[in-house]
Amino acid sequence: MTPPRILIKNGRLVDPSCGVDGIADLLIEAGRIKESGKGIKAAGAVEVDARGKVVAPGFIDLHVHLRSPGQEHKETIFTGSRAAAKGGFATVCSMANTDPVVDSSTVVEYVKGQNAKVGLVNILPYGAVTVGLKGENLTEMGDLKEAGVAGFSDDGASIMNAGVMRRALEYSQMTGLPIIAHCEDKHLTGNGVVHQGRTSTRLGLAGIPSESETVMIARDILLVQATGGRLHIAHVSTAGGVELVRAAKAKGIPVTAEVTPHHLALTEEALGTYDSRFKMNPPLRSEADVKALQQGLKDGTLDAVATDHAPHALAEKEAELTQAPFGVIGLETAFGVLMTKLVHRGTLSLTDLIAALTIRPAKVLGIDRGTLKIGAVADVVILDPEIAWTVDKETFASKSANSPFLDWGLKGRVTDLFVGGKSVLHNSQFVNGDLG
Amino acid sequence: MTGWTRKDLLSLEDLSREELLILLDQAKAFQEVSLRPIKKVPALRGKTVVLCFLEPSTRTRASFELAAKRLSADILSIQPSSSSLVKGETILDTARNIEAMHVDVVVLRYRTSGVPMRVAQAIKPSVINAGDGSHEHPTQGLVDLFTIQQKKGRIDGLNVLIVGDILHSRVARSDLWGLTKLGANVTLCGPPTLVPHEMEAFGAKVSYDLKKEIPKADVLIALRLQMERQQDRYIPSSREYTRLYGIDREKLKLGSPDLIIMHPGPVNRGVELSPDVADGPQSVILDQVTNGIAVRMAVLYLVASVRGKEGAVGNEPSPGPEGDRFLEPDAPTKELMSS
Repeated sequence: MTPPRILIKNGRLVDPSCGVDGIADLLIEAGRIKESGKGIKAAGAVEVDARGKVVAPGFIDLHVHLRSPGQEHKETIFTGSRAAAKGGFATVCSMANTDPVVDSSTVVEYVKGQNAKVGLVNILPYGAVTVGLKGENLTEMGDLKEAGVAGFSDDGASIMNAGVMRRALEYSQMTGLPIIAHCEDKHLTGNGVVHQGRTSTRLGLAGIPSESETVMIARDILLVQATGGRLHIAHVSTAGGVELVRAAKAKGIPVTAEVTPHHLALTEEALGTYDSRFKMNPPLRSEADVKALQQGLKDGTLDAVATDHAPHALAEKEAELTQAPFGVIGLETAFGVLMTKLVHRGTLSLTDLIAALTIRPAKVLGIDRGTLKIGAVADVVILDPEIAWTVDKETFASKSANSPFLDWGLKGRVTDLFVGGKSVLHNSQFVNGDLG
Repeated sequence: MTGWTRKDLLSLEDLSREELLILLDQAKAFQEVSLRPIKKVPALRGKTVVLCFLEPSTRTRASFELAAKRLSADILSIQPSSSSLVKGETILDTARNIEAMHVDVVVLRYRTSGVPMRVAQAIKPSVINAGDGSHEHPTQGLVDLFTIQQKKGRIDGLNVLIVGDILHSRVARSDLWGLTKLGANVTLCGPPTLVPHEMEAFGAKVSYDLKKEIPKADVLIALRLQMERQQDRYIPSSREYTRLYGIDREKLKLGSPDLIIMHPGPVNRGVELSPDVADGPQSVILDQVTNGIAVRMAVLYLVASVRGKEGAVGNEPSPGPEGDRFLEPDAPTKELMSS
């Protein structure tokens, strides 16, 4: 069935990929962007009124954990896809730390088959860098690429052996795909559960020092400088990490980086009540780190906002803080949190936020999405930047509710999403027929 | 009555100077109970105190038990071997089940920092933190304040030197908050890997040179060195630790003859304290143990009195069918509460 023609009228079109920002109509036809401009007439097209709203390319999330296969009690492809859609994400990249690990073309084929059954958003699987995420033997990256992975990552585990990391950066070059590095020195992390600093000292909790991250970012930057290849640093959380990436980019080293909404919006102080909803890895850092991350996002040192959406079941998260698993969900709150904490406060422009959710992550992966230029795949999001709403644990589309933003009042929300020209979300509700 | 309004005692960081003084005054008033031939007052008659010690403890548990008995409370003891936590029940679940049995005060010792705070948020009975991970041990902190006050006649302006593994010590944190709020100057001393410099932000002085600090001290609190710290590579050996930071007679000579030596127990004799110092004339370690009972009586009495005011004792609606099965007849408590 061909998707119908859709005319999105009178919205403020913001597309950083081609410097567009102004009131215009947007016509979608046959799943592609057909035309944009003022006063478009399209007989028979479904009209969507976007007056007072922002029309932008569908968001891209470089870092989510969909937990399937193997941990479907936390999230499924279906619930994770719906969470993505509600957050305005037309494309999400799924991490390989499932059970089994996505470390062979067989598992990639399986994952792609499962994704296709749901078919709500575009899911790009990553393949593992090392077999079983063990940090020892490289995966068959050529096979994985042919099977359709978007990059390689051992996220969740750190590749402690520098020799292995060097080989991975060398070997992966034949694929042209990036390695997404979870930079953490496990010996420096030890049994830490929160940022090492004032709060960990006060609360009597084992700390994860900033150096746990920065030492590894420095190592991987030096390695990629030597080998070439493409290095993408996952979830930068420290001011030192931002500085290292900035310096590397200034030297022309092929490195990109991402930052999460929670690291941009929260500090270590949130742990004051020992609530595991604020436990993630890397941990929430200091006020100075948050400022540096915000600056890094603004000046482009940090390329993309990525949620590191990491669902965990309530029974797992309600364990005591030291035992509870690391990770928070983020897909459904990302836009609202960043609007509220950064854009409405004047720290970041709406255009820069949209760029960090669209064309900038598209460039990290080298994919032809995150743009509204004529002929592009019609991934389109409609945003209401002014609408106020409250984060309610009962209304998550995700299977899990381990959000650090529960009960926050937010200003700014995703109202509509089109994926490949197909309407998935309308007025913040799922479109009938896509309920699965 | 006293101006005490807290249902729980979770940390000394939370408390104001005034609240600390209320606690110390109340402890002083209870001191003589233990000297009577019949060591009992009816202050908590008909109240149930749960001693939930889910980490090994002898001294603190015994001290709380005697304190509760001398206040005439009924006592329920839950220990690791008998608890269903070994069957995988979470601590919050255990706490809710205890709550459903209509108890009044839960005294909780737990291996993980912050758990008493989480439990106190989840249940209605009073929660007293009897030591949580590396966070706080507020009643031990109060014992130390009480003992210093008793021996020195004041706390304000004293130089208190705390020696040892500050990083992992819940006693050090409670002592630091309590002492600084009452005007003492606190110096934390030990090997750099075990003395976080972040403590300076909380009003402490940090030092690595014990011999330089002893002459200035009025009070020295030695902490227990956990033997696993050596395996964790925080220190190269307990031998070197003892040489540098163990308190022996020779190091004690550097200090004032009025210097008192304290230790929260249990002492690693010959590691952080040499036996002749632990048992010597400057040691007030056994006074700390004695004072522990009066201090814990005061804490039990004050937190329970807040619940009494709310009229909550034994009168909550049953939380559900689970609760019904364990429901016991309400004790006649009201008339005994208004003291």
